[in-house]
Amino acid sequence: MKQHKDTFEIIFFARGGQGAKTASELVAHAAVAEGKFVKAFPFFGPERSGAPTKMFLRISDQKLRTQEPVTDPDAVVVMDETVIGSQDIAKNLDEHEILVINSKRESEEIRKEIPHFKGRIYAIDANGIASRITGASNPNMVLVGQLLKITEIVSLESTAQVFRGVFLEKIGKDLTEKNIQAMEAGYDSF
Amino acid sequence: MEKITKNKTNVKALTGGYAVAEAWRQIEPDVMAVYPITPQTTIIETYAKMKADGKVATEIVQVESEHSAMSATIGASAAGARAVTASSSQGILYMAETLPVVSGLGLPIVMSVSSRALSAPLNIHGEHGDVMAVRDLGWVQIFAEQVQDAYDDTIIALKLAEEINAPVMPIMDGFHTSHTTERIEILDDEVVKKFVGERKVQQSLTDFENPTTFGTLALQNTFFEFKLDQEKVMQKAKIAYKKICGEFFKISGRKYSLFEAYQLEDATSVIVIMGATAGTAKDAIDKLRLKGKKVGLLSVKLFRPFPYGEIGKALSHISKIAVLDRAISFGAFPPLYQDIVSSVYHSHSRKPDLVSYIYGLGGRDTMQKDIEKVFQDLAEGEISSKIKYLT
Repeated sequence: MKQHKDTFEIIFFARGGQGAKTASELVAHAAVAEGKFVKAFPFFGPERSGAPTKMFLRISDQKLRTQEPVTDPDAVVVMDETVIGSQDIAKNLDEHEILVINSKRESEEIRKEIPHFKGRIYAIDANGIASRITGASNPNMVLVGQLLKITEIVSLESTAQVFRGVFLEKIGKDLTEKNIQAMEAGYDSF
Repeated sequence: MEKITKNKTNVKALTGGYAVAEAWRQIEPDVMAVYPITPQTTIIETYAKMKADGKVATEIVQVESEHSAMSATIGASAAGARAVTASSSQGILYMAETLPVVSGLGLPIVMSVSSRALSAPLNIHGEHGDVMAVRDLGWVQIFAEQVQDAYDDTIIALKLAEEINAPVMPIMDGFHTSHTTERIEILDDEVVKKFVGERKVQQSLTDFENPTTFGTLALQNTFFEFKLDQEKVMQKAKIAYKKICGEFFKISGRKYSLFEAYQLEDATSVIVIMGATAGTAKDAIDKLRLKGKKVGLLSVKLFRPFPYGEIGKALSHISKIAVLDRAISFGAFPPLYQDIVSSVYHSHSRKPDLVSYIYGLGGRDTMQKDIEKVFQDLAEGEISSKIKYLT
């Protein structure tokens, strides 16, 4: 699936501490590095570790103006499948749009919980893949990789480059490269 | 994700808070006095990190309250330093006692504000309640729509403050602008430094050769004149702001003015608004224009001093006007509405239909469909002297 309209809109569902903010801002930074315009912002609720969170991301070739939250996304990324019960994750997703979800289960099993959604579900065991590569189970980089492969909103190369620029100093070379490998694994497991 | 991604044309992805800190890094003031506890903004923590990383030599003075933050800034500024601070919400109210001291002393202090709700109940999300509560204390107030404006306004505000010797408050919507990552263009450090130059100190507490009194006693025979002088400074501020925006255009290619007119020329129904939601309104207007509706927008940039004449003139051909305030004035019409009524009264030969809306209190989202509803109300003649609420 490719970008099919002026502005591509994504919602990231997660729980506090899973790295949804990092994931969405990483893609935003990569999009800007590629010359695009972005707006990335959280649902401004209470910030507590473990509480359901939402991040909104808009990417466009044109200047973005609206400040309203994303209500009709082109893609949804779910970092924690336990939010399904409390959040309407497939709201306004049509049959041409996509849902990327961190889960060990099969897509068709997940579909039973969101029967109104007719589009493609991409289920990926992001926790498992991440822990095998990085030793930690943060699912965000694997899911970013998967999202990039499916949507082609930005290139894997720019995203990896931005990641290095931001994190090399902070977390060191070893962890930086492992996280990028996790992103690549997510990209390749499509 | 607080580090910057950058390419050679100085295009970056930054939050509003980071962008303002970035402008401060380039300006590198002498003193920044801060109270770093909630409801402080990300501007201060970002700047403190820049200081810790050795990127700026600014003296960061950590104090025990916002009242002290502004008091320390006053002391530093009166001593001749380029002194700034940042605050928000309750913090601004806590320093309110010192705000008219700054303007009364004619100190060119800039305070970056991320505008947020006031307690109670506890909220701290975006709205204009805090800055509206201090709007008539002799501070210039400039509103930003996007992250780019928030960055640019900081640089313009500093130059303006030092040109007119009065304090300036560049304001962005809390969270909606301060916490949103957007693409912006940063000027080169040298360009910013050259643009703002050095502060030209006329009188200083530390000039022992020419001792000066700051904050003297002024009783019945002189106090009134002091206040009239301040009013003259505010009138000068409008002209200076326009001039500095012109100079800023030359270094940035970005145009700012007293207000932004969007699709106003041939419009019959118009929304007047300030801050971040102007962006949402523009998208809504584009949609309605496609359907052939003659709708437009006036987004106020310079709120204090209020450009009554210029705005009145810009609206003089409009027959239906909705004014959208992101603040509530209990028992009265909200602030922007009152100012627009005054503007229009003195410039319209025929009375237009005017209506007041209040939106976005405590961070409540305002959607394009809310804006469309306002235009629909105007079209259907749903206009009265009753305040409407976009809940």
